[in-house]
Amino acid sequence: MADAAVLPAPAAKRVPGRFWIVPPAALLALLFFYPLVLIVQQAFMDDSGMANVGEFVRVLHARFFLNALINTITISVTATAGCLIVGLVLGLILAFVPFPGSGVIARLIDTFIALPTFLVTLAFTFLYGSAGMLNAGLTEAFSLQAPPVNFLYSTWGVVLAEVTVYSPFVLRPLLAAFSLVDRGQIEAASVLGARPFRIVRQVILPAAVPALIAGGSLCLLLTVNEFGIVLFIGAKGVITLPLLIYSKAIQESAYQVACIIAVINIALSLGLFGLYRFAAGRLGA
Amino acid sequence: MSVPAFTGSNVMDVDAAKIRGAGSNVHFDKVSVAYGAHVVLHPLTLDIAPGEILAMIGPSGSGKTTALRAVAGFVRPASGRIRIGATDVTDLPPYERGLGMVVQNYALFPHMRVEDNVAFGLRAQGADKALIGERVKDSLATVGMSGFAKRYPRELSGGQQQRVAIARALAVRPRVLLLDEPLSALDAQIRRNMVEEIAKLHRDLPGLTILYVTHDQTEALTLADKIAIMRDGRVSSHGPTVELYRLPPNRFTAEFLGRANLLPVTVTEGATGPKGFATARLGDALLAGAARGEKPGDKTLLCIRPQHLSLTGDEEHTNRIVGTLKEVHWQGELTHLVLEVDGTPVRVSATRLPVSLPERGSAVPLFFTPGDTSLVPEDVRG
Ligand SMILES: Nc1ncnc2c1ncn2[C@@H]1O[C@H](COP(=O)(O)OP(=O)(O)O)[C@@H](O)[C@H]1O
Ligand SMILES: [Mg+2]
Repeated sequence: MADAAVLPAPAAKRVPGRFWIVPPAALLALLFFYPLVLIVQQAFMDDSGMANVGEFVRVLHARFFLNALINTITISVTATAGCLIVGLVLGLILAFVPFPGSGVIARLIDTFIALPTFLVTLAFTFLYGSAGMLNAGLTEAFSLQAPPVNFLYSTWGVVLAEVTVYSPFVLRPLLAAFSLVDRGQIEAASVLGARPFRIVRQVILPAAVPALIAGGSLCLLLTVNEFGIVLFIGAKGVITLPLLIYSKAIQESAYQVACIIAVINIALSLGLFGLYRFAAGRLGA
Repeated sequence: MSVPAFTGSNVMDVDAAKIRGAGSNVHFDKVSVAYGAHVVLHPLTLDIAPGEILAMIGPSGSGKTTALRAVAGFVRPASGRIRIGATDVTDLPPYERGLGMVVQNYALFPHMRVEDNVAFGLRAQGADKALIGERVKDSLATVGMSGFAKRYPRELSGGQQQRVAIARALAVRPRVLLLDEPLSALDAQIRRNMVEEIAKLHRDLPGLTILYVTHDQTEALTLADKIAIMRDGRVSSHGPTVELYRLPPNRFTAEFLGRANLLPVTVTEGATGPKGFATARLGDALLAGAARGEKPGDKTLLCIRPQHLSLTGDEEHTNRIVGTLKEVHWQGELTHLVLEVDGTPVRVSATRLPVSLPERGSAVPLFFTPGDTSLVPEDVRG
């Protein structure tokens, strides 16, 4: 049947062509849309199976939800800003400062994307945790009573871990955009009297705007949904939406509440994904 | 002539009137460039006079771009110094050299309108608004692009983009304009027009020193006051354009600058008489031509351009050789003939031909004047 697709006659091609929509659509429906529908259904239905928007509104106004929402957005925006700065600085250096081995470094950072996110968090615990190398060293060197470095178990710890993990997602499209910047333009600007900072601002960055938007919105998306890092660091009081869903569903068995929060989380994600697709489209990706 | 001292951003103080008379010279003082162990520019010493157009021509890979980029500041010389006017620029970054540069692919800033492209250099150098507006207008007018100020580069043709690139370089009133194959990306027809416009541009700005890198001899011959011919990272010859064409100092120059027939001859008599012609023997023929200090018995080359060979003789065309006609190519305006003289192919470009052309394989006499003839030493490869 597959060879029907290569037949030249249009009439022979059209009928089997339509049929091929079925398997992927069925798979999507089963694995993606059905669970989604279930979640949305759960969110708007109380235990007796009646449609009920009251609970939805109650959750929207609840302290625990608003706190988690604010935490999620704060962490996500801060981490994304951090990723943009780190990615931009690294990208500019890797792309425009010629040094031996820059290609190797770029590929190494690329490999980072393949690693599980908790790995960095684990490493951070070894380095900056209360019993980690930094604290052990400082405690011994200055004969301190308590570990002096505590930032890891706070919002900042989460942000730092996320910046470390997600900066490559900004770096990647940026390096692609930078590689397309005509070196002749940079040289022309330089001959005309522009110093490096002006060249970055007026020649390089305008060419990288779509890449920055694409990388940034991808970072927003990934950090909004980040679960592993937040759970792993386990900072007291740092509850984000995914963590809240987890604790409501698994620990408190409050399924409707979990689903309501999930619906909001999904809406947020889809919005950010739309932004990402828009930017990636502008980028020609 | 007062050359303004150049310290970073005060190029702006040089006004249009001054620049007319006050171009800077460019001096290469034993400048060499190497990439690792690969020497691409052997110690080069060359001077471009204020207001001069020097065309640097040569085959691809001969080091032209490298020499130009050394002036711009993008290639660091391994040894030697580069001076522009009174300033030793060898250690200055490109943005402090006060130059203009135009390259083959225009390198316009794609997200800026034409007027912002042209204003870029002035803004970078901190010029005030009024001056910028005036200069942008002037520069665009100079290249005939006044009507396109609001366009984006992508809305322009190749030739128009290159005009904008030239305007952008001129707007900062550079002391030296560097052009690297500026017309190579354009169609033949547009290229011819642009060559003429660059010539006109230089008539309008006679003080502007121009280093024009090209592999196109027509551009060089049309524009240049002087030509430097590059070969394998060395200057093979350097001199006033007409002189280099009429009296090429070596085989490479003769063949690179225009077409040349080069016939191996033996000198029988050194330069004599008021015109200083020497005499040389080719088979049975004795031929006179401009000499370069050859002595009797020297083996050398006799250079005669295809358009200077005639099928008919008169009292001026006293040099005469006989060749066997091999090929005839009629091209309308010109007819190209290929003959063989003493085993060497000889090309003739004739505008007028005898009513009946000789047949292929027959012996044909060719006539030329001593004034169009020069003796050219064979290349000594170093
Ligand atoms: N960045 C570079 N690294 C190594 N070799 C180079 C580099 N740039 C140019 N070259 C070499 O230098 C030689 C001269 O190049 P170039 O000056 O561009 O020649 P041209 O402009 O006359 O064609 C060439 O052999 C070229 O391969
Ligand atoms: Mg070149």
